Amino acid sequence: MSPIMEQALETTLTVNGTPVTRRIPARQHLIDFLREELGLTGSHVGCEHGVCGTCTVRVDGKIVRGCLMLAVQADGRRVDTIEGLSDSGELAELQEAFHRRNALQCGFCTPGMLIAAQELIANEPGASRERIREHLSGNYCRCTGYQAIVDAIEDVLKK
Amino acid sequence: MKAPPLAYIRARSLAEVFTLLETHGDNAKVLAGGQSLIAALNMRLSAPELLIDITRIKDLSGIEVRNGTVRIGALTTHAEIERSPEIRKFLPLLAQAAPHIAHPAIRNAGTIGGSLALADPAAEWPACCVALDAQFGVAGKVGTRRVAARDFFKGLYATALRPNEVLTHIEITVPGPEYRSAFVELAQRRGDYAIAGVAAVAKRAGGTLTDLRLAFLGMGQAPVLARSAMAAMEGKRAAADTIAAASEALSRDLDPAPDLYSSAATKLHLARVLTGRALAALAA
Repeated sequence: MSPIMEQALETTLTVNGTPVTRRIPARQHLIDFLREELGLTGSHVGCEHGVCGTCTVRVDGKIVRGCLMLAVQADGRRVDTIEGLSDSGELAELQEAFHRRNALQCGFCTPGMLIAAQELIANEPGASRERIREHLSGNYCRCTGYQAIVDAIEDVLKK
Repeated sequence: MKAPPLAYIRARSLAEVFTLLETHGDNAKVLAGGQSLIAALNMRLSAPELLIDITRIKDLSGIEVRNGTVRIGALTTHAEIERSPEIRKFLPLLAQAAPHIAHPAIRNAGTIGGSLALADPAAEWPACCVALDAQFGVAGKVGTRRVAARDFFKGLYATALRPNEVLTHIEITVPGPEYRSAFVELAQRRGDYAIAGVAAVAKRAGGTLTDLRLAFLGMGQAPVLARSAMAAMEGKRAAADTIAAASEALSRDLDPAPDLYSSAATKLHLARVLTGRALAALAA
């Protein structure tokens, strides 16, 4: 193999506002890098093939699946996780609504739900319940508490 | 699971991609949005030694309308198409189909070129491109060529792309203002793989439908243009009897294989239901 074909690549990305440079194995998913290398375990690993949505993070301001992106692909990009978005206060209203509506049971899906819902709130302030359900179709709650989750998001949209 | 060990190169130009493909052959795979490829790696359905990331190559993304033609770069994401005012105005079929593609987080990353080159028989874009008679721009080391969407899809995950070629863009002639389109799909849950779907386009004038195209997804190994049903409806008014005749003719166009949930007869029945809905929408 030529020198350029390395199994690990020096990668620089901005995570929750802080630049991070690491040598990252090419095969490592963004979600595993965030959890295992940076200790940001708020985002979870579920199905590992893009179905369940619990690994949802933001890359360059848009939600993506952390299990369907290699960490090396995030070179030069801005990544925001539940930790950063929670600390910044951006999700405060939504978190408060989830709390009030009891919109979680085990909590495993909650970080993904919050980040996905926030994108809808930002892009479609007039979204209906139907649109909320469509937008969250890629985020599974195995406790099946969807009703309360939709209620909480609707509360924030109605404010 | 996790992806197998592999090497990764971020290509800076198509020329670099062609050289890498030539050197590594089947051991290399082109990585675009990765929404199918990385899932396949994770499930160990694919194990290339090298991924060639093309997403930072300039000029492979974006939507341009010029001289009555819409040009969509291969790296344009599903979400960009979904939200594009130009697409909504000139190719509403694509705007109608986009929300059916997986989920928002996947639409933010997945690309139209990646979806077409993969040629999943349940995917939305291949059927839309067949319905709209799109042309695909394909580039390789020796030059570029154009392939009609109707000649591109060869079977299950099989296309007219030769080894070492890359799909660079899609060109679609803007249908006239009297054209209407509809996209209808059935899935178990929103964003799941389609059980059946149809991309429909027709010219509506004086209450009749002409130049009708019905392209089905999820009904075969590749998108199916339902020529018998199209002929049955051509020049007719959409009414209960003409829609029934077109739906009946579908048995000559479609020969679906059963899947885990639906028998072949069920799939054909669902295709007929969708045809009725699509024709009613075109005529409305």
